[in-house]
Amino acid sequence: MLKISLIFIGAAVAALLFADIEIITLHPWAELGRMARAMVTPDFLSLPGIWRALVNTVAFALCGTFIGVACGAVLSFFFESTPVRLCCAFIRAIHEIFWAFIFLPIVGLDPACGVMAIAVPYTGIFAKVFAEIRQESDQRPLQGLPNRSPLLSGFCYGALPVIYKDVKHYIAYRFECALRSSAVLGFIGLPTLGFHLETAFREGYYSQAAAILYAFYLLIASIKYWARPRFIAIPVILAFLFLSKEIYFSIDNILRFFTYDIVPWPMRREGMLDGTRAIAFPLKEVGRWVVTIFRSEGLEGVWNTIILTQIVLAITGMLALAGFPFASRHFAGKLPRRMAHWILIVVRTTPEYILAYVCVQLWGPSMLPAIVAIALHNGAILSFLSSRNADLVRLRVDGAQKRTNRYFYEILPRIYGQFLAFLFYRWEVMMRESAILGILGIYTLGFFIDTAIADNQLDKAMVLIIITALLNMGIDTLSQVIRRRWKVSTRLLFSS
Amino acid sequence: MKASAQDMPVKDEGMLFELRHVNVAYARHTALRDISFTIGEGETVALIGPSGAGKTTLLKKLYAMQADECAFVHQHYALVPQLSVFHNIYMGQLDCRPNWYNLLNLIHPRQRVMKEIYPILDTLGMREKIFAKVASLSGGQQQRVAVGRAMYRGGRVLLADEPVSSIDSRQGEAVLKLIVTAGKTVVAALHSVDFARRFFGRIIGLRDGRLRFDRPAERISQTDIDSLYAKC
Repeated sequence: MLKISLIFIGAAVAALLFADIEIITLHPWAELGRMARAMVTPDFLSLPGIWRALVNTVAFALCGTFIGVACGAVLSFFFESTPVRLCCAFIRAIHEIFWAFIFLPIVGLDPACGVMAIAVPYTGIFAKVFAEIRQESDQRPLQGLPNRSPLLSGFCYGALPVIYKDVKHYIAYRFECALRSSAVLGFIGLPTLGFHLETAFREGYYSQAAAILYAFYLLIASIKYWARPRFIAIPVILAFLFLSKEIYFSIDNILRFFTYDIVPWPMRREGMLDGTRAIAFPLKEVGRWVVTIFRSEGLEGVWNTIILTQIVLAITGMLALAGFPFASRHFAGKLPRRMAHWILIVVRTTPEYILAYVCVQLWGPSMLPAIVAIALHNGAILSFLSSRNADLVRLRVDGAQKRTNRYFYEILPRIYGQFLAFLFYRWEVMMRESAILGILGIYTLGFFIDTAIADNQLDKAMVLIIITALLNMGIDTLSQVIRRRWKVSTRLLFSS
Repeated sequence: MKASAQDMPVKDEGMLFELRHVNVAYARHTALRDISFTIGEGETVALIGPSGAGKTTLLKKLYAMQADECAFVHQHYALVPQLSVFHNIYMGQLDCRPNWYNLLNLIHPRQRVMKEIYPILDTLGMREKIFAKVASLSGGQQQRVAVGRAMYRGGRVLLADEPVSSIDSRQGEAVLKLIVTAGKTVVAALHSVDFARRFFGRIIGLRDGRLRFDRPAERISQTDIDSLYAKC
């Protein structure tokens, strides 16, 4: 495990040599001062439409998660089949914001766009996780079923009660993620909290931005009061009713998107020039067109995305290893521990996209803001989980007394396996984030996708999105291989 | 699991199982070799022998031959710890009712089913535990729930794999009495020779996948037992 850690640190150092981490703005620290002042003077009063945005944020997340759970649950029963597995891997490899980019031209800035942008990738995630939970659960109760039990009854009696708790916890965790995604979708124009946040930031109203952020934290912290598992049907139904008033589908748009907008340009060119909108099939030219996109933009995007991901992966790991003792009972007293917990929760709750956005405002677009944002967010998650794992360790009474000794001899060796497993589990997540932060002007894949969409070249954007998805699936596979090879497992983390 | 031919259940009235030269092989090793015997309606048969002799394999073989007629008490109980005693026992007849009824009963226990299950709980001495979660029960109580489920299951045959292995001998006696007096054909793997002799009519000795003896319980001698368990 030491060897694999060193390999990845080496890769990150090498990547740093190629990374662009300049600060471009002239007065980065003065702006930071203004933001800090705004954080203590939040302005809750001059926020028109904030309630509406709050309700939208919740409604998108509820409906998106619900659809994702329903479809994912069904697909999880067919997860042994390779086409289903590949399809799920593909749809979850594409970030919610990219899905929103895809749905925007189909349904416009409609609630359906936000809901589907969450529901589609979550379907892939839920299918995978539900299938894993079922496979790893105790199978013995199923042997107690009579020979010819109906399948559905057999599942509800023999399997569902066994996996129910794990499934419930995972859905709750994912719902929190969905709230973050929903808020962030506002940055590309959907009517959620992010929309107001972006406006406030762009116009320099930092006190308003602070108020919106606080509202978001309150929303997350109060989930357990308004979304109790037992009564979850009520908010879900309300959310669907609320959104259904506004959903508007245009069959024409949908048809045009699939039969024209995303059709590769060489196939459309002839028809475009003579005005007939006819479609041809010059396969050779389409191939050349794809290769050109890959050479001119794809390669640079892939390269930068990988560089950013590798740097972030290593820094996240180091942050987590340095951070978790502050939140663990073996190293910190009660009060500092509680403070550390709060800090970690706040950092974890802040969507990395918002962190990156703020940093770009401060330092200008380079890899630095992205590194800071992704590493902070994931580092906080990992610190939190590692500290909880560390707290499960029972030390001998005569164990190491000095904290450094205790850290290196008692705790770290015991939790390092799970730590690595979870870090590698987040690898793919970090790559997705690295790609998406290109929208903020960093030259990762998201930048080129965003540019293509701004230029109304949906066909090109689709090619780049598919490249991004394939890159992600590759990393996901690699991560699985490494986890299996070094026999590290996140089981302990998942169950807690 | 591969099995040789000639092990079809017989249609003959009164005869439940007929095994002729049965072999069962797993991927690596042979678990059962050349087993032949018949079991008739109403017999109570104990399977004894050292661990690894093939007792569980033989029970599973019997189950596979007449799955619809058999209730099976698993060594590890195969209960759902998250569900109540009521639901675990109800699972014995999960195949007898349509999906909608089963789901309804899962969410809200039906009176009719409760009336069927109370008498079983009474014989098990667990009436007051009907809605206790199985996870909260002791090992002996869980064992009794597993037997209760098999009783509720009905059918002509009860197969039991070490049904009293993890409870104390006093409780074990009570559970075995329940099993053999249920009025059915019983085949049980046991590791207590004493129990086998006291409660069962017929004893089959297995060792290394082979049948060593197959006699009425009263004709089993101490030499039979000693040679069955002897170290080689």
